[in-house]
Amino acid sequence: MSVVIKAEQLSKSYIIRHHGEKRHDALRDVITENVKGTLLKTKSLFSGKSGFPSNSREEFWALDDINFEVLKGDRVGVIGRNGAGKSTLLKLLSRITEPTVGKISINGRIASLLEVGTGFHAELSGRENVYLNGAILGMHRTEIRKKFDEIVAFAEVEKFLDTPVKRYSSGMYVRLAFAVAAYLESEILVVDEVLAVGDTEFQKKCLGKMQNVSREEGRTVLFVSHNMAAISKLCNKGILLNKGRIVKDSDIGTVVDTYISTCFKNDSYLMEGGNSDKEIYFERIFLSRDKIQPINTFSFSDDIFCIFEINGRKLNKETTLTFIVRDRNLNPIFSEHHLVKEIKGRLIATIPMKILLPGKYYLQSMLHIPNVRFLDNNEEYISFSVEETGSKNAIYNADLGFVNIPVLWEEK
Amino acid sequence: MAEANEKFDLVIEPGRLGRNYWLDLWRFRELFLFLAWRDILVRYKQTIIGLAWSIIRPLLTMIVFTIIFGRVAKLPSEGVPYAILVYAAMLPWQFFSTSFSDASNSLITNANMLTKIYFPRLIIPVSTVIVNFVDFMISLLILIGLMIWYQFVPPLTILFLPLFLVLTLIIIAGSGLYIASLNVKYRDFKFIVPFVVQFGLYISPVGFSSTVIPEKWRLLYSLNPMVGVIDGFRWCILGGNNHIYMPGLLLSITVTLFLLFYGIWYFRKTERSFADII
Repeated sequence: MSVVIKAEQLSKSYIIRHHGEKRHDALRDVITENVKGTLLKTKSLFSGKSGFPSNSREEFWALDDINFEVLKGDRVGVIGRNGAGKSTLLKLLSRITEPTVGKISINGRIASLLEVGTGFHAELSGRENVYLNGAILGMHRTEIRKKFDEIVAFAEVEKFLDTPVKRYSSGMYVRLAFAVAAYLESEILVVDEVLAVGDTEFQKKCLGKMQNVSREEGRTVLFVSHNMAAISKLCNKGILLNKGRIVKDSDIGTVVDTYISTCFKNDSYLMEGGNSDKEIYFERIFLSRDKIQPINTFSFSDDIFCIFEINGRKLNKETTLTFIVRDRNLNPIFSEHHLVKEIKGRLIATIPMKILLPGKYYLQSMLHIPNVRFLDNNEEYISFSVEETGSKNAIYNADLGFVNIPVLWEEK
Repeated sequence: MAEANEKFDLVIEPGRLGRNYWLDLWRFRELFLFLAWRDILVRYKQTIIGLAWSIIRPLLTMIVFTIIFGRVAKLPSEGVPYAILVYAAMLPWQFFSTSFSDASNSLITNANMLTKIYFPRLIIPVSTVIVNFVDFMISLLILIGLMIWYQFVPPLTILFLPLFLVLTLIIIAGSGLYIASLNVKYRDFKFIVPFVVQFGLYISPVGFSSTVIPEKWRLLYSLNPMVGVIDGFRWCILGGNNHIYMPGLLLSITVTLFLLFYGIWYFRKTERSFADII
């Protein structure tokens, strides 16, 4: 098999600027500082150099010495936590931004779908948008015309072709946008988390299309997703990124397992020693049956106490503790939010008995000011399991979901 | 496999992003028109009179100009109908000013596309110029209507009009590309552009003839590239007394060409970081 993508020592750095680090003691200093700054900026403006000279700059390596090869026909899943460098890698591959160091060699036409419906205009009709979007993706008019019917059929929007897309339901919009990209004639298809949108039915259809593209047409697919189930199903190879470096590059099964076990410290039912530099942080998080002893295995008829010990020096009146319970594939099941009132103390959340069905779960917790910023985004998920001790599903040998809801029945 | 002999279609390396630039520009040639077509389609959506706006806008401006400069300021009209004198200059000026301000904002309004997809970035500002070119052609039709109304027969010099049109396009391309890329990084230009356009109207011979400028200042005045273009348009359309001031025209052309090369150079230089800083 021939190599279609080859990345060598690929690195990308961004400059982060820190604000409010300088201290001015006198107005005179402020003025001289500003005048100096303005002169430098003006100078850089005309010389075309990257401007904003300032001392408070820091380099951040979003990708650091990445090496990998992708063979023709491979379906590669790129996984990793938020901020691991997945999107940066795709941006480099798609030529949206250029690497700081290293190189990528590509064989064949590459089509990238980092977002569905890039360039779609709300005022234009479905038909007009197909042509426009196709052109933006690099298709020629004749090529689009040839595939037009197929695209429309795939998207199931025949009836609404001449309606402005602003009147489309979000599902129709996504379907149309995905369809255009999927019918692009390219040897390599790069897809970012686009399937997060759209309904399940359509997600299945897209996955199926991507599988077809790869298996029957021999095209290479690079796919980023947080949905381990989808990745495992679609891909045969995997690349695991963490903090800009490759942790694992192997077959998809191994990579997904590594992801779940290393990134989320399997069976670490106790999280200790938070980061005391932060203004507020988790000192200890653990799960318990009696609020004292940390454990990680519960029975179906146990109350699960989630114990968060918080410490810090500054409390905002909007500081919120959020926890998310995720299933074994890290899909969120439910979440809970609580306003933090004391800067130092212990918060106990009870997940009542007989709610979580037997299975393996992860608890993710964070302290944040909603929609403003994260204060402590605990990166280690705590894993725990619920054992079967007589749920109503016990007699069925099937995957019946995650939660037990006290449903009321009536029979007349 | 002998790796050294492997041939790759595309190599992405620092500083080499633009290697196939002009080839890519050719490959994406249809996008110029598609984007322009989009902007034209979208512009008159949800308006009642639709396309009629594209005729009413330049017509109204012309009427206002004629009244202000011809009636109120009483500037000399050199024997031609004042409306035509003003209109001949307004054609290139309107084309320049709207293209210039549209191009300056074009990259920012299309920021979403810049961060999500690859194509030669040059296409975006250039396609806004195409949109305005369509407006220009409509305005040209109005001029013909005006000539018929005043029963004005244009001189043979009108055959040179395409040359000055090309000159206008070069000014627009150069300054538009420069301002568009500056605007990505320094949003200050969002406030500077409307000022330049306003001010430029008064320092360009739109509402008056450049003969009112004292002879000794004319060369200096021609540093403004629009002076050469506007005088050129007048000469082509009105002929007669509107002689071309040759040294001034040559200076305008030099400034224009410099602007073009500097604009393209600066755009190409900053383009690779657009997606990171926009």
